[in-house]
Amino acid sequence: MSGNAITDGTRRKLLQTGAGLGLGLGLLVLVRPALASPEALQAAIAAYTGGAVPKAGKVTLDVAKLIDNGNAVPITVTVDSPMTAAAHVTGIAVFNERNPETGVAEFTLGPRSGKAQVATRIRLATSQKLVAVARLSDGSYWQQTQDVIVTLAACIEGEAM
Amino acid sequence: MARALIHMPATARQGETIEIRALIGHAMETGHRPGADGKVVARDIIRTFACSYNGATVFDAALHPAISANPYIAFFTVATESGTLEFTWRGDNGFAQTERMPITVSAA
Repeated sequence: MSGNAITDGTRRKLLQTGAGLGLGLGLLVLVRPALASPEALQAAIAAYTGGAVPKAGKVTLDVAKLIDNGNAVPITVTVDSPMTAAAHVTGIAVFNERNPETGVAEFTLGPRSGKAQVATRIRLATSQKLVAVARLSDGSYWQQTQDVIVTLAACIEGEAM
Repeated sequence: MARALIHMPATARQGETIEIRALIGHAMETGHRPGADGKVVARDIIRTFACSYNGATVFDAALHPAISANPYIAFFTVATESGTLEFTWRGDNGFAQTERMPITVSAA
């Protein structure tokens, strides 16, 4: 009898733990969309925006989905903006998730840019997420995120590069 | 002096948006990569790039080690008047280089 009581107690505890776990998992799934990126990436974006959370839209980050060579990956960032004195893009920044450093580049634009588009070539250490953030003259921030797959990574080789 | 290549139109109509593509020879050593002796090679990158149009800055960029070797930057500006565009790269170990390109702007 006493053996049965212990078993019952254990089973109850197990059930309680299970319920707790289930609840925890439920919470994790719920919170996931906001915390999808690692903290460093969020911190870097927050440092650029001054704490504001960029909205999705207006920005187009053009990069190949499958990258053969991570040493030189062409990217183009275009922002939907009339680029007039009243409404223009003041800055574009690019961040990554899994390189040794999260920052890639920050560009400063103005009404004299005429067209809110910049292109460059970047290094990618591994398959990861890229984020382009644009700062508009009205103080709002916009972003687009792209997932890329990298087959040959930058930064792993020795002297030959 | 590193070799720099700048592609932009030599002439433009006033108010026209022109594309400028600038490339400069530089290893952009990341500071995360081991050299032949197994030790990490010290960082040596270009930190900033700026373009000024007759003295007024129209574009600038802050670069990180994630920019590829021989940094290539393409951007746009509005042709306002004839004159000179000045491109300046600055980086670690006192790297500084300036290139100038003339532009002739005709009335719209």
